[in-house]
Amino acid sequence: MNTPADMQIPKPQVVKAEVEDPFAAAMAGQDVRGRSLWVDAWHRLLKNKAAVISGIIMFIMLLLVIAGPLVSPWEGDFTDWDNTASPPNFETGHWFGTDAVGRDILVRTLEGGRISLLVGLVATLVSLAIGVTYGAVAGYYGGFTDRIMMRLVDIIYALPFMFFVILLMVVFGRHIVLIFVAIGAVNWLDMARIVRGQTLGLKNTEFVEAARACGVDHKAIIRRHIIPNLLGVVMVYVTLTIPQVILVESFLSFLGLGVQEPMSSWGALVNDGAQDMESAPWTLVFPATFLTVTLYCFNYIGDGMRDALDPKDRA
Amino acid sequence: MNQEGILRHSATRLLGLIPTLLVLITIAFFLIRMAPGGPFDSEKLLPPEIRANLDAKYHLDEPLVQQYFRYLGQIITLDFGPSFQYKDWTVNELIARGFPVSLTVGGLAMLLAFFVGTSIGIIAALRQNTAVDYSVMGIAMLGISIPNFVVAPLLILVLAVYQGWLPAGGWDWSIPRMVLPVVTLALPVIAYIARLTRGSMIEVLHSNYIRTARAKGLPGYLVIGRHALKPALLPVISFMGPATAGLITGSVVIERIYSIPGLGSYFVQGALNRDYTLVMGVVIFYGVVIILLNFIVDLLYAWMNPKIRYDEVQ
Repeated sequence: MNTPADMQIPKPQVVKAEVEDPFAAAMAGQDVRGRSLWVDAWHRLLKNKAAVISGIIMFIMLLLVIAGPLVSPWEGDFTDWDNTASPPNFETGHWFGTDAVGRDILVRTLEGGRISLLVGLVATLVSLAIGVTYGAVAGYYGGFTDRIMMRLVDIIYALPFMFFVILLMVVFGRHIVLIFVAIGAVNWLDMARIVRGQTLGLKNTEFVEAARACGVDHKAIIRRHIIPNLLGVVMVYVTLTIPQVILVESFLSFLGLGVQEPMSSWGALVNDGAQDMESAPWTLVFPATFLTVTLYCFNYIGDGMRDALDPKDRA
Repeated sequence: MNQEGILRHSATRLLGLIPTLLVLITIAFFLIRMAPGGPFDSEKLLPPEIRANLDAKYHLDEPLVQQYFRYLGQIITLDFGPSFQYKDWTVNELIARGFPVSLTVGGLAMLLAFFVGTSIGIIAALRQNTAVDYSVMGIAMLGISIPNFVVAPLLILVLAVYQGWLPAGGWDWSIPRMVLPVVTLALPVIAYIARLTRGSMIEVLHSNYIRTARAKGLPGYLVIGRHALKPALLPVISFMGPATAGLITGSVVIERIYSIPGLGSYFVQGALNRDYTLVMGVVIFYGVVIILLNFIVDLLYAWMNPKIRYDEVQ
């Protein structure tokens, strides 16, 4: 794997891992229990302070976004004509202020967060499904199939993909399901490449050979033996894909091509806020902060997961 | 490196461009044609005869497949046709007008990102696991996480509206008007390059030949400048391809926020107004730019990395 992402390898964890070597523990006469890859990775992740804090913040963010609009006294599309474009004010109950038509910024930010996070998750799942299937099939069958399939990926890779998302949105209208599909459909290439590389390594292992000797058919081998063993790497890339996808959606919404009123997303809110920022900067600052904090945290969690799960680190 | 090997490799790669371009053109062509509405829909309802004449003039009345092959024949002569939206302009003229602007902003942003990013990365690597390192990398992560359409309004608000130091937007080829767009566009790339440089520099600094260089008493700046820098920059070089694509994408937003008359703003306008020829022209043009840049980056990488040999038999 020679993607640039794999080359940024700050790995102070290697030294610590040696300290916890089970053999060293056994020599010290302690009770030794086998640790799976996952337990191991989990412990390493917990030691990464930035990732843990980010995880906690994201959990709180998720709770806020889900529960916030339910308990808030305001509706997202309610226009409070007594308080239009009012700055943050605790007495009127508009903690984050209101926009030009008197809608509560706090509720709109939280509701926008629902859409942004939902798009992040669903579009990532779409790209995950396409990428993992594609990569696993190409890597497993190899040879001619592989060459054709990966050549196609190379070709699509060279296309200015954001332009295609814009075209897709223009063509198919701005329905939310299409946003999921459009973003997911152009984001699976990295996943396919990584999965293919891993599959190439996996398909010659003894357990796959054993399965083949037992007469398991190709589909079942891919499904039962190849894909489960890819999960670690895939999870890392899922975490790193989510912020990218949220970013793409907010980018589209910012251009006016994303979700439409009365629905809203962080990108759309930032766009609205940017229009009024001179007279009402709070309409820009709050959604922008929520969006940035979310992206920041996801990036740290992804980094932490990579350090914890990437096989290169245990070498 | 073997000259003939490079030539042969380049020739193969350039031939490989053709299917890529064909796929690009085909997808873009049929995608934009699937969009509901046409280039003449937005204005007031035209009498059917005039409408028919217009369609006939632009060959829009022919079957789609016939139009597709007509278009292919046309762009082989590098003629992207007339724009539907900008009357009296050909797409070639629009690209010739918009691209220099986009290129200036993008090129300056790339230069800025390369020098600032690598410097920051090297500093962080030399101070690995110190407060300097952590704060620099924390800021770099912020640079990656804050979308440029958030940075841009904030910069305008603080530097242009509140302080009045710089103009808030517009374009007249003067340096003050370039500062904000270039910086905004460069920020995420600076952050990526800094992270890449730091990671690879740390690896290089742990290698034996660097220890040897230090052991023989070479001063620190020479160890870095003469021995460590080149291998440490390899991942940055290979990142230049994706970075360029990112800059082009980013320019769509930047050009809109700062009201810059570049190609990105033409593209969005064209897509919204069903300006078929303009959209196709920009997509194909940028596709070629990205592909060619990736090709150049490949060659540069091979030139810098002694491990790569194109003349080897596979």
